[in-house]
Amino acid sequence: MLDAGQAMEPVLELEQLCAGYGETQVLHGLSVQAAPGRVLALLGRNGAGKSTTLKTVMGLLPVRAGQVRFRGAPMPRQPHDIARAGIAYVPETRDIFPSLSVRENLELTARRFRGDWTLERVLTLFPRLGERLDNGGTQLSGGEQQMLAMARALLMNPRLLILDEPTEGLAPIIVQQLHDSLQALKRAGLSMLIVEQNFGFATALADDVAVVGRGQVVWTGSAAAIRADTGVQHQWLGV
Amino acid sequence: MTTDPGFWLLQTLNALQLSMLLFLLSIGLTVIFGLMHFVNLAHGALYAAGAYVAASVSAVAGFWAGLVLAPLAVAVIGVLLYGGLIRRMRRSGPMAQVLVTFGLIFVALDLTRLIWGDIALASAMPPLLEGRLSVLGIDYPLYRLFVIGLGLVVFAALAFVLGRTQIGAMIRAGVDNDAMAACLGINVERLFFIVFCLGCALAGLAGAVAAPLLSVSPDMGLQILIPTLIVIVIGGLGSLQGAIAGSLVYGFVQTFGAVLAPGLASVLIYGLLAAILVIRPTGLFPAKG
Repeated sequence: MLDAGQAMEPVLELEQLCAGYGETQVLHGLSVQAAPGRVLALLGRNGAGKSTTLKTVMGLLPVRAGQVRFRGAPMPRQPHDIARAGIAYVPETRDIFPSLSVRENLELTARRFRGDWTLERVLTLFPRLGERLDNGGTQLSGGEQQMLAMARALLMNPRLLILDEPTEGLAPIIVQQLHDSLQALKRAGLSMLIVEQNFGFATALADDVAVVGRGQVVWTGSAAAIRADTGVQHQWLGV
Repeated sequence: MTTDPGFWLLQTLNALQLSMLLFLLSIGLTVIFGLMHFVNLAHGALYAAGAYVAASVSAVAGFWAGLVLAPLAVAVIGVLLYGGLIRRMRRSGPMAQVLVTFGLIFVALDLTRLIWGDIALASAMPPLLEGRLSVLGIDYPLYRLFVIGLGLVVFAALAFVLGRTQIGAMIRAGVDNDAMAACLGINVERLFFIVFCLGCALAGLAGAVAAPLLSVSPDMGLQILIPTLIVIVIGGLGSLQGAIAGSLVYGFVQTFGAVLAPGLASVLIYGLLAAILVIRPTGLFPAKG
């Protein structure tokens, strides 16, 4: 039982988190936990505070009140220390470096963080990137850029992968490929935190769901439970 | 005279020599700006400091000692500047940075007057480079060829480091998008510190190289500041290609303008600057971020 208890210590724990931009406070005491080896989806309407939550976790926005804990310890403040602690982040805008080739974008993290994820292994997951290694980062299509951003994140050999709106702007066939890739990562036991507008995509992938409304978590439960609960969907997601 | 090929070659070499000097100055400034959006107007003062250190050291220990020590000394000044001032000013806006670093120019001006006096210093060329060399039929001062060669070597070295190494890729990533670079585990602030010190050292090297060519005077930093800023605006902020292209454009327009259209020379470069800002507001080769 002790082992089981330790195993279930949250990989990420947000406690009464307050954060925002300038004068505008977006998060008003948001609390949520991500369990290890599982996928947690943050759902909610535009402006509810989902992306703000991710940016605050990554140290891109300061924590104004409350706490972020990662694997039981307080989260470092600086983004590079947070990354080195084991969190990889794929932002909504993908943020591929335009001055770097695909290979350089990947080696940027591959050389710093060594582990199970190697260049060969990510290229097996995303074979398209293998054909594009010497292309400039911005010569890629939107789907390829999303794959590059994910590959770059995986090469950090993270303990937690954070994805912000991974399906945004992608064609349905690419979304299906992305779903398969993420399912493969989930089967490999990678903990994930995902923000996603596509309700079907998010609930098909996630184990757990937290619904964010007006800067707080207003509902938590399993992905199956929210699929069945049209009341919550209607009230907080406008589905 | 303009039909004489020797004239064109001579002026081309003169233009190259001016370009390489400006390149050594502008590369540090432009990458510092690209990486951290930090405006350091005191960059010219670091160049003057390099010239003074080189002139003083070379009077005692010879030119080559000055050429090595001046960049090191200016890099040390850079470390002190960074720790004492610039790190604290990273989050203040560009206006505060411009005002403070502009103020630093005058602090440096008076400091050099206090230490070295208000007269121009002469700095001797090394005996090895004192002569002239025949280049395709014209005699050209060996020292100026050395300046051109040094600029090209520094350019090649920086092109290799920035284009082919891991730290170069990290710097380019930081220039493109510093927040994302940090999210990938890169300590952008430390990278900035390294680049800043290297930029200072190159400004010091430019000063040391310029010392035997120009008279070393307290206001030499102020005089070079505007040309350096024009170079990085023409070239585009943050990139090596921009710094070399901007330096070449400035060097050639200035040199050939002065001999072909002396009446126009002083406004020619400003006219070109305005034209480039209209046609390509971000400069010729801006960093892509």
